[in-house]
Amino acid sequence: MSAWTHKHLLSLEALSAEEITFVLDTAVGFKEVSTRSVKKVPALRGKVIVNAFFEDSTRTRMSFSLAAQRLSADVLDFSGSGSSVSKGETLIDTARNIEAMGVDVMVVRHSAAGAAETLAKHLSCSIVNAGDGAHEHPTQGLLDLYTMRERFGRIEGLKVAIVGDIGNSRVARSNLWGLKKLGAEVIFVGPPTLVPKTFEKLGAKVVHDFDSIIGQVDVINMLRVQNERMKSAQFPTVREFTSLFGLTSDRFARCKKDVFVMHPGPMNRGVEIQSDIADGASSGILKQVENGLAVRMAVLYLVSRV
Amino acid sequence: MQTHYDAKDFAALLEKFANGIAASVIVEQPFNVVGIRTRGELLAQRLLPMLAARGAKQVGHGTLDITLYRDDLSELGPRAIVHPTELDIEIDKRPLVLVDDVLYTGRTARAALDALADFGRPSIVRLAVFVDRGGRELPIHPDAAALRINLPAVQQVKVKMLERDGEDGIDVMQRI
Repeated sequence: MSAWTHKHLLSLEALSAEEITFVLDTAVGFKEVSTRSVKKVPALRGKVIVNAFFEDSTRTRMSFSLAAQRLSADVLDFSGSGSSVSKGETLIDTARNIEAMGVDVMVVRHSAAGAAETLAKHLSCSIVNAGDGAHEHPTQGLLDLYTMRERFGRIEGLKVAIVGDIGNSRVARSNLWGLKKLGAEVIFVGPPTLVPKTFEKLGAKVVHDFDSIIGQVDVINMLRVQNERMKSAQFPTVREFTSLFGLTSDRFARCKKDVFVMHPGPMNRGVEIQSDIADGASSGILKQVENGLAVRMAVLYLVSRV
Repeated sequence: MQTHYDAKDFAALLEKFANGIAASVIVEQPFNVVGIRTRGELLAQRLLPMLAARGAKQVGHGTLDITLYRDDLSELGPRAIVHPTELDIEIDKRPLVLVDDVLYTGRTARAALDALADFGRPSIVRLAVFVDRGGRELPIHPDAAALRINLPAVQQVKVKMLERDGEDGIDVMQRI
């Protein structure tokens, strides 16, 4: 593959293995930009990128903003709360009004699955999905792949455990599609209420006993325990969750020596992950954030002209 | 006009190229040789031992990817991969020789100068191109060129290198 041909980035499910690798390879070039003393290139000078976040986010929005600025684009920020959305305007109308200001790329975060795809159909600018409900979060998937590839030199053949609230996780889905396409084995781990067996239809292995696979996996991606869901009947108590599915010192001791620990953040120290593991030598958590910037620069660059 | 240069011609031209570059700087003093991806990079690598043989002692070596600095970026078609720039050398206050395979409109050289400015401030920048084919659109001129030919826009020059193309040579052909 010699060139990128998609106007939008809506999901990893829709991309081929070659296309995913193409984005990762492009991100290598952009990572170098962040190591310079002048951390900016003129590639998207004169382009307008808007962060349209209808759902709260801090790190993803900041990452996209900085990525756009390092490409010399002009950046607009829009947040759903306290805006016209709360006055009753529909998503499409709001987005069309923003687009009318002359936007080239719209980065969309929304609580409804399919929001980015809907906007892609109704707008003429490029759309980058920054998370739509429990559907996908493709740039998170890409940055996780990038970070794993950087650590192991490959994705093919890796055994990756994704642990926690899989059912509600767009991160888990984007990771699943990306990892599967690039030849890794994906194991979903969690209680049956959050990780139903039917998920095996997606191509992952489903395991309800974390300890049964702990010594076999190369990567453990701990998902965030979402406070807002803890009260639901699907969820065990926090203590029960930690004792069954938390990455504790005891479990960590039984992992492969070169296991790679990841977390999309924000993490709950002491709940899904033990503090010293998150900060330890096996942790790739801050690398994920660092690589997220390079991956998002690559994505904005690629979609901004097709 | 000659339209094909074989490996033997290429070798002779490369010697001439190294002579021209050595003459454009004070070889005994530290300077940098920076190739523009892709064939400029390969040429720069070939030149290093040749410059050493001409008395150069301290030569820094780097590679520049100018994709993100092109002035026609928004008019280009689908995006190609961007590779990292590799300039792990002291840039400031010493001469720098930019190396590329073909000089045509001058826009690549212009982009390379912009990119360089983000990395530092060389005391002098020299432009060394293996083939100057004429047709400039900007006020840019090479300080060293192994081969100078004047071609109409319908023709193009292809510099082939062993490392990438399987053989050394130069072809002049109709633009495809």
